[in-house]
Order: sequence, then structure tokens, then C-alpha cells
Amino acid sequence: MTVDLFVPCFIDQLYPRTAFNVIKLLEKAGVGVNYNPEQTCCGQPAFNSGYWKETKTLAKKFIDDFPNDRPIVSPSASCTGFIKNYYPDLFKKDDSSFSGYQRLHRNLFEMTDFLVNQLKFTDFGASFPHKVCYHDACSALREYGIRQEPRLLLSKVKGLELVEMEETETCCGFGGTFSAKFTAISTAMTEQKIENALKTGAEYIISTESSCLMNLEVYISKNNIPLKPIHIADILASGW
Amino acid sequence: MSKTKNIFISDSEKIVADLKHRNTIKFNISKYDAAVEKGVQRYSNLELARERASFIKGQAINHLYEYLIEFEKNSTRNGAQVIWCRDSNEAIESVKSILVQNQASLLVKSKSMTTEEIDFNEHVEKIGVETLETDLGEYIVQLAGEKPYHILTPAMHKSRHDIADLFHEKFNTPPGSDPQFLTAYVRKKLRQKFRTADVGVTGANFLVADVGGIGLTENEGNGLMTVSFPKVHIVIAGIEKVIPSMKDLGLLWPLLATRGTGQQISVYNSLITGPRKENEADGPEKMFILLLDNGRTNLYQSDDRYEALKCIRCGACLNVCPIYKNIGGYTYNATYSGPIGSVITPFFKGEKEYNHLSFACTVCGKCTETCPVKIPLHNQLLLNRRDAVENGGDFVWNKGMKAFSYTFSERKRLDRFNGKMKNTALSLAKNTLGKRKSLPKVAAQSFSKEWKSKQ
Repeated sequence: MTVDLFVPCFIDQLYPRTAFNVIKLLEKAGVGVNYNPEQTCCGQPAFNSGYWKETKTLAKKFIDDFPNDRPIVSPSASCTGFIKNYYPDLFKKDDSSFSGYQRLHRNLFEMTDFLVNQLKFTDFGASFPHKVCYHDACSALREYGIRQEPRLLLSKVKGLELVEMEETETCCGFGGTFSAKFTAISTAMTEQKIENALKTGAEYIISTESSCLMNLEVYISKNNIPLKPIHIADILASGW
Repeated sequence: MSKTKNIFISDSEKIVADLKHRNTIKFNISKYDAAVEKGVQRYSNLELARERASFIKGQAINHLYEYLIEFEKNSTRNGAQVIWCRDSNEAIESVKSILVQNQASLLVKSKSMTTEEIDFNEHVEKIGVETLETDLGEYIVQLAGEKPYHILTPAMHKSRHDIADLFHEKFNTPPGSDPQFLTAYVRKKLRQKFRTADVGVTGANFLVADVGGIGLTENEGNGLMTVSFPKVHIVIAGIEKVIPSMKDLGLLWPLLATRGTGQQISVYNSLITGPRKENEADGPEKMFILLLDNGRTNLYQSDDRYEALKCIRCGACLNVCPIYKNIGGYTYNATYSGPIGSVITPFFKGEKEYNHLSFACTVCGKCTETCPVKIPLHNQLLLNRRDAVENGGDFVWNKGMKAFSYTFSERKRLDRFNGKMKNTALSLAKNTLGKRKSLPKVAAQSFSKEWKSKQ
């Protein structure tokens, strides 16, 4: 089986290691990975800010960048959930892009969902001897609908101790441009998320979303907090 | 930037730093959460109940005109007088003339957000009529000279100690009195007022079309007192409160109670069909029902946002909203706060002045997941944002998003500068993430570029 890799702009620009790790994981699971380096962004930042015209430009490009009728795997439930749930708002049913959307809709998978529910490949032989907590990203939980998949994958990692934190399902305060428009509210939310994570005694906070992780990281680094944000793909690719 | 947005931002900066506020709200909402979590377990199929409730309210909204006419016809036959009010002005003028005609000097009220929407108390007091809130939470905020903090739990922002202090200050009750003592104290005071009040004012949880009655749900019995003692009963209700049939209450009443407070059903649920009939022993002599539009037609005519008219005002979306929990009810500066308030307020009070509320949300989706009538609240906020941009948007963001879309619509534009140059550019700009966050660091090379170099 060959899949197309969709690397969200956050990972492309800030965390390229994570994308290499996704390739490593998929290949270990026995899947060939195709990557179209022309891809950029699904358009969600513009859409969530109300800019539908700008989103449409990027959405059309996105549809063109993924012309194959085969699985598209991405290390983000936020981007994949957005495309699945909101592209139809952008294109009317008679629009030529709509059939492209339908192709994407049946092929798009968030990585942990794809590994657990499609490939049924959950043990990578990874080891990560640390205490960790898992942040349920809003998009993963409610927009895309994954809760158990990441936990199942983490349970197979040797030495990893997962401790559930209070309010794990509460937003970390990112919300895209929200975090720049309403900095005080966003920071208060991030602060409480970090407090809950620290209470578990975890060294690492894991998520499926690099956007949440980035938001946590900028707060952690500014305030010198002993906690490390890390993408689940980076954990699964550790120790082998 | 609009003045209301500036106020919102500065108020939110102050309130999120107030840890006493944060902890009081956290504590009070955690009690609701525990009760609601238990309450929803009574449903063998909550999802089906939500679907049905959403369908019933949807039917009512889709045929709003017909059901309102049916309601008017049936309630008029029951002896009530229906008055249609396009806006708060018309409602206030109608109320004033009823009060003057009936020589009212004391008016008792049961809890009603619709009356808050039209600043009922302020207007009525101006013509010399004393108004008294009789719901305990409303009584507390009225005593404190405040507005309701939450649509269902008006005094949610106050701890029991805050309330004991307030009563000590106003009535010289013993310092640190417990809630039981204070409740009994208020009860005694209110009894006298109920007996002497000329007019009782209530809202309506439901306008029941087929029987021409109003459905009133409450926990303290003050609503029943409000409609039983005074000779005149005035109902003020939004037009969206109409439901087709009395049979629908069997589903809607328990669902409202479960989501609102975790109760199986509220303590008192009354279906009031008109004033006292000739052969009846009690009840008011006159009943007036004011049907208020006040912006609801704007919402009705919008694309998709009309679904917000399904709202049964349970307050659940406020309790689960991380923004509400941090900024509290007052920062919204609107009658309806939380997710539902952010959706409808631009339609009620002006798009330009209130569209910032639609952006003050991380689209976490918790509200949509919770809503008992399945209003897709966070999706509606996204539609409000689209409208805000179409109506002119914000100068800086317009430029920024154009640049974003331009850069990201071709790979080579995105990779024209390397990570080091991007970081330098970022460090020169103002840190838009605020004082307590640093700026993210762009990688030396994008994944795309690095991947290509390895092929």
C-alpha cells in the first residue's frame, strides 16, 4: 500500500523532524510513502479567522496537490478534521472542486487513527522511559473524534508511564489567531493547562497536534517550566 | 477597533488575572458539572433525546409564523391578551401602559432573561413602580446592584461568604450567616411582598401553541407565587420560545433541567393557560403576553444562524466554555453571555459592535457537543466571523491574511527565505502572543526543502 503524506504547515515550518518520524513510522508499518513537496497549507488559519476567499484559494491548491485516490495520512487531526468538516462550506455542490473534496473526504486520515484503525499496527518497538501526560486536543477529540487511539499506541511504548491529568479535554488556549487577538485569555488558559500537566509530575506533555504543542512550548520557554511538549509521532519513533 | 471590543479586551485582561474570580467560578461550575454528569446518566439514549428536542424546536422555528399565530389564537381564547413587540421600546411602552392602567406600585418578578434584554427594571422604576426580583439568585444580584452573571445561575460569581457579607451589609444579618438562614430570611421578606404586589412579571420557558399556555419552570416556587398573588400577570417572552404542543414538554422540561442543573426535572413546572376563569378560585384577573422580536427576525433571516433560535436557555454551553470560565459573565457586556451569547448578540445588538465576541473563542467545540438541542454553536461563530470579514473586517488582519494566502498558495514563495531569516523577521515584529509567551522558532529548513535535498 502507498499513502500520500500531508505535512501540516506548522510541522513543515517549525517541526520538520516530526514529519520525518511519520515517514519512519509508516514505512515500519509496511506502507510506502509518497510526498508531494509542493503542498503548503489546508487553509484553516484563514478560515477560522473569517477569510473564506483566501481559504478557498488554498483549499483549491490543496485539492490539486492531492490528486490520487488513495489514503492521505497526516500527523494532525486539526487539519484533517478541518478539511473533512469545513471544505463543503466553501464549495457549492456544483463547484468543480466539490468532487475533489469528496475524494479527500474518503481518503484523509489522522496518523494515529490510520495506524490503529486502518493498518492495525500499534507496536513499533519504541521505548521512551519517561513519565508523560497526554493532552486531548479539541480538534482531535471533537472535530475528528479520536480519544483511545493515541493512548493505545502509547501503551505499547516501553518504559513510558502515562498519567492522566485533570481537565485533559479542556482547550490549551491556542485557537489559531485567537492566541494573538486575545492574548490575556489565551495565556490564562495555557497557564491552567500547564498547571494541570505539572500536577501529574510528568516530564513530557504529548499531543497529536503540533499547534497545541507550539502554544504550550512558547509559554513553557518564556516561563522556564520543567515540562517538554512532544508530538506523539516523535515518541513512537524513539528508541529504534 | 470598536469601543466595545476595546472594553472587552481590557476587562478580560483584568478578570483573567483575578484568581479569586477564577477559583469561585471553578468551584461553582464543578458542582454543576458533578450534578449534570450524574443527571445525564438517567437517559438511556441521551443522543436520541437531543435529536428529538432539536427536531421539535426546529419544527417550531421552521414554522415560526404559523405556531405563533396558533399560540395567539389559543391564548386569546383562554382570556389572555397578546401584544406583539418589535423591539424593546415597544415592549417597555406596553408594560408602562399596563402598569399605569392598573395603578401598580409594586411589581414582583420571577427570573427572566428576556426582561434583562429590555432593561425592564430600570425603565419601570423610572415611572415609580418598585420592582422586586424573587428568584433567590436574582434577588442577590439585585441587592448588590448588579446584573445576572449567568443566564441560569445569576449569582454564580459569588461565594457563600460573599453573599453572607452582602446581607450583613444591607440587612445587618449576623456576619457569616449560613445559606439556610439567609434563604429563610429572604423567604420571609418575599412573602410580604407577594401578598401586596399589584403585578407579577414572568418570562416563559415555552409558549405552547396548541393549548395557548406558557410553560414556566423553576425551583423555588417564586414563579408560582408571582402568577398567583397579584391581580395582573405580565409575560414577556421571545418569539422563539414557541413550541408546537403540550406533548413536547414531556421531553423538553426534563432535558432543560438535566442540562441546566442535573435535576431530573425542576421542582415546579407550570402550564399557565390564561387568567382566572369565572368558576376558578384563584389566579390573576388579567394576563398580558408580550411577544418580543428585538432582533430575533435578523437571526431568523440569516443563513444557518437561525438555528440558534432553538436555544432553550439551559446555560450548559456557558458552563463548559473555557472562555466563559476565564472571563466570566460580565466581560461579554451583553445580556446573553457564553457561546450562545456570542452567536446571537451581534444580531440583537449590532454586528459591528459585537462581532468581536465571535472571535473570542478557540473553536474548541465543547459547546456544540453539550447543547441539548444540538445547535452547532462553534460553527455558527465561524459564520459570524465570515460576516465580520465581509462587512469590512479588520485592517491589519485583512492585510495579514492576504499575505498569508499569497505566500502559501505557491511553495516557492513559502521557501524563499530560510528559517534563520524568518526568525529574524519574527524577532523584529512585536510579539503578538503577549508578554507571557515567547515567539515560536522556525526550523532552519522547511520539511519540504529538507526532504527535497535528500532525494
